[in-house]
Formats: sequence, structure tokens, C-alpha cells
Amino acid sequence: MTVADVAFYAFALVTVASGLMVTLSRNPVHAVLWLILAFIGASGLMVLMGAEFVAMLLLIVYVGAVAVLFLFVVMMLDIDFAALKGQITHAMPLALLVGVVLLLELGLGIGAWVEADGAMSLRDAPAPHGMDNARALGLILYDKYIYLFQAAGLILLVAMIGAIVLTLRHRKDVKRQNVLQQMWRDPAKAMELKDVKPGQGL
Amino acid sequence: MVGLEHYLTVAAALFVIGIFGIFLNRKNVIIILMSIELMLLAVNLNLVAFSQHLGDMVGQVFTLFVLTVAAAEAAIGLAILVVFNRNRGTIDVEDVNVMKG
Repeated sequence: MTVADVAFYAFALVTVASGLMVTLSRNPVHAVLWLILAFIGASGLMVLMGAEFVAMLLLIVYVGAVAVLFLFVVMMLDIDFAALKGQITHAMPLALLVGVVLLLELGLGIGAWVEADGAMSLRDAPAPHGMDNARALGLILYDKYIYLFQAAGLILLVAMIGAIVLTLRHRKDVKRQNVLQQMWRDPAKAMELKDVKPGQGL
Repeated sequence: MVGLEHYLTVAAALFVIGIFGIFLNRKNVIIILMSIELMLLAVNLNLVAFSQHLGDMVGQVFTLFVLTVAAAEAAIGLAILVVFNRNRGTIDVEDVNVMKG
């Protein structure tokens, strides 16, 4: 076995095992941490396949943004997780049945899979030789797929606006600082000087 | 020698684990969202594996778009979850039929 083979089995084991732990772990914070490990393992697999750019993107987007978002929500919401996991043993037979059947189907598909005769001639963008992955990807992403790239940006914009609109709320019971009101305050009107005679009061 | 089938097997296992997690944690919507992320990760692995096998860059371009949609889906899903928790005080998805007419 070469070093690459050993690395493949190590990353594959880490990915699948931590994926399983995501579904089985009792504590959602642990589940998020296992999810991060699964992403790191998958990123290693992609490096082994030679897709370095997608691997680094997976680390930045998934580990840096999505997993941290999950962690943030899990820690922010005050939820009694013990009440939610009561049915796990009840659902286990059905989940195992569905999982095993689907795994067998996928195994049959992978076992009987053959490549089509003209597959190599049907390639849309053959990978150029002697060019690193990020450069080759950028050359077709910003050229042939520029509209799809813009649409992806639009999806992210809509998602951002949607998330803000969903979670924004104006609470009436909280006193907030109004900076403009403070700046527009006129000292001449806000304060009045009175000349109080000694011994008389106002 | 590690070939295409090895990567496909890992991706298939990861996809099945995602479905398994959805069936197993039917009440906890956070774990369901994480299982969906696992399934999308498996799809990405498949796309990259075939891209590398055929020497075609389009698979990796599609991986980028799947990644984008997965990130948007996670953000919106978690926002809905936060609002649902604010209104109902729980994230038990078996209560989500309140809008049923």
C-alpha cells in the first residue's frame, strides 16, 4: 500500500465514523463537532482526488461558516434536548431497515456500474494538463459558467436577506439608545437657568 | 490502488448515514439539518470523484454550486428554527403542523 492508499483509508474511516457519530451522539454540541470532523475528512479525500480548491472551499465554507452557525444556534437556543431524544430507540428498527436497504441498492449500483462508450468524448470541459486545480477551475467558472456563478451569488444574497428578515424583531419592552435624538438635542431648550432669591425658594 | 469505486463507496456510506440520521432523530430538527448537510457532502464527493475520473472540470464547478445552495439552506433553515423556537419554546418538529387548516 502506498502512502496515498493509507491516507485514503484513514480519511474515509474518519469521514464515515464521524458521520455516524453525528446521527448517534446524544449531545447536539458533540454532533456539531463530529460534523466538523466529517467535513475535514471529506476535505482530505478531495485533496487526495486532486481537487484542492474544492477541498479548501469545503474547509472555509463548511467548517468556518456552516458548522459555526450550527454551533451558534445549538448554544443560543435553550432547549431541553433530553426530551427530544426519547424516541430514538423507538425509531431505530425503521431507520436501520431503510439504511440497510438503501446501502444494498447503492452497493448493487456501484458493483454493476460500467462507463458508457462515448463518455470521454462527451466531456464538457476537459481538465487542462500542467495547470493547477484552482486556475483551471477559475478559467471555466468565470468564463463558461459566469451566469450560474452570478446566480449562486444571488442565492446567497436572498438567503442572507431571508435569514435577517426571519430573525429580526423589534422588542417594545427594551429601552434603546437613539443616537440621532441625542445629537439633535438643543442645549438651549433642554436646560433652563432660574435666579433663585435667597430664602424664598422657587 | 484506490480507484473511483472506493470514493463512490465512501460517498454512498455517507449518504445512507444522512438518511439514517433523518429517520433516527425525527424530533430534533437540528440533527435533521446536519444529516442533510452530510447527504449534500456525499453528493459533492461523488461529483468530485467523477470529475477526477473523467478529467472533466464541470463536476467541480457543480460542487461549488451545491456548496452554495447547502450554505443558503443551512442559513435559512436555522433562521426558521430560531423563529420557531421563539414562538413555540421547543424545536420538536412533530409540533410543526400548527399551520394545518
